[in-house]
Amino acid sequence: MLKLFQTLNTQALIKATIAAIAVVILVLAGSRNLQNFDAALIAYLLGTVFAVFGIAYRYSVWLQRPPTRLYWRRSWQFLLSKDFPSYAWRSLVLFFKNILFQRFIYPRGKTRWIGHFLLATGCLIAFAVTIPLTFGWVHFTLEQGSFSTYNANFFGFKAGTFELGSPIAFLTFHALVWCSVLVTIGAVMMMKRRLTNGGLIATQTFEGDWLPLILLIAISITGLGISYDYTFLQGRTHQFMSVTHAVTVILFLVWIPFGKFFHIFQRLAQLGANIYKVEGERRGMAVCPHTLEPFASHTHVEDLKNISRDLGFDFRLENGKNHLDFSPEGKRSALAKAHFEARKNSGKFFG
Amino acid sequence: MPNTKYNQQMEFFIDMQRCIGCHACEMACAECETNGQESMIHIHYVDRAVSVQTTVQVCMHCEDPVCANVCPADAITKDDFGVVHTANTSRCIGCSNCVLACPFGVPIKSEPQELMMKCNMCYDRTSAGKKPMCATVCPSQALYYGTREEISKMRPDSVPVNTFQFGEQEVKTKVNIMMPKGSTHLKVH
Repeated sequence: MLKLFQTLNTQALIKATIAAIAVVILVLAGSRNLQNFDAALIAYLLGTVFAVFGIAYRYSVWLQRPPTRLYWRRSWQFLLSKDFPSYAWRSLVLFFKNILFQRFIYPRGKTRWIGHFLLATGCLIAFAVTIPLTFGWVHFTLEQGSFSTYNANFFGFKAGTFELGSPIAFLTFHALVWCSVLVTIGAVMMMKRRLTNGGLIATQTFEGDWLPLILLIAISITGLGISYDYTFLQGRTHQFMSVTHAVTVILFLVWIPFGKFFHIFQRLAQLGANIYKVEGERRGMAVCPHTLEPFASHTHVEDLKNISRDLGFDFRLENGKNHLDFSPEGKRSALAKAHFEARKNSGKFFG
Repeated sequence: MPNTKYNQQMEFFIDMQRCIGCHACEMACAECETNGQESMIHIHYVDRAVSVQTTVQVCMHCEDPVCANVCPADAITKDDFGVVHTANTSRCIGCSNCVLACPFGVPIKSEPQELMMKCNMCYDRTSAGKKPMCATVCPSQALYYGTREEISKMRPDSVPVNTFQFGEQEVKTKVNIMMPKGSTHLKVH
């Protein structure tokens, strides 16, 4: 326990505490001093505050690593440059393409993309619905003088109106049901891959790969159980269903910073990497001394020399050049040439 | 890793002077299921204008992998057996840091997938006690997977070396390169 406190990262601890306090302030503001806060959701709120703390802590520690710090700084530097409009637009397009639609997974496998897209879409819509509800930012009230018109309020302000029993009401009140169906189908598809793909079977781990899928299915099934209970069982099993659902969701929230779900937040760095690549190409390409062809941006090669030196690797050569000036093919050829010379000098190529 | 049948007595030995450029390893590599059935081995002419020499390169599985160190997404990990695994697909952001920093020029960036991929010593096979695909098909034994005793009997005038010098930097690897007897390292630059 003492070791845990000794290894705490102060900078990350401060940022995570600020993030957690910010959430509490936003809850107080959004729910109008808890006036619109649903006390039944207190356990979910505590889980979410912990998740925010954990995510902010891990993100902060992650950003302190030299390569991550460099990408973080470069991404903002290039985004906030004179080319802001083009990079902002590019990032927005990529956000839809790669974050919301995960288009890069499609070339890895069509079924894999469908499974991941269903799973991710279900999760993202569920986050968008449950977080504002848990924080008390969204609540529903009856229109004054009416028994059939519902108002949706956001931060205490009326944001929309719909009739009870209307298709909008049906879709809205069952939003999490649709999410559960998407997540369950997606998670089962991903599980099938993990049961049949030899490569995955060899490298997967329970806590890294199976636990997240099991958790997502458990959340979905217990969530569907709540709907089933109030729709068909007159609420007879409500307590059991609500408690099991809360347990699974809170386990999920607490697990986010530690496990596979953290990739949801890491994935955004892909946008920064894209800007870095485009700006690097504009600034000029590095040419390999062996192949005499451009292979990467000059900025990237120079940045890598600095990062690797920060990490304790020194690839400087006696002639003032650097091994990292070579392209991957140039490096392989340099190794083969050195091996050839060593064999030649020994007088025997084989044996 | 779940499967523990990895045989730590077995080692990988590479000797590019024995490479005849037949590309059998390239075809076999595509059978590896941990690569998603894409070939990860590199085989090409060294300097086609002056020589027909070809070279073959697998991941050398460095003791302190530069690729994993420069990865901004913590996507590359080394396991207890010393195998440096290909990028974790959920984490890799396709930045190419590993591709450009690897001193052996091994990782490949798949642009459409925005993913780094590399040889992970056929982990689906080696973790089950089998040999990597490339080493099982190489007709000239430029790629060999076996014990130290076996290789010393087969190559009495050579010695396996796993230390490489790239300028100021020394790199130690799990995979060995066969060098003339008496060698302790290979100075690349």
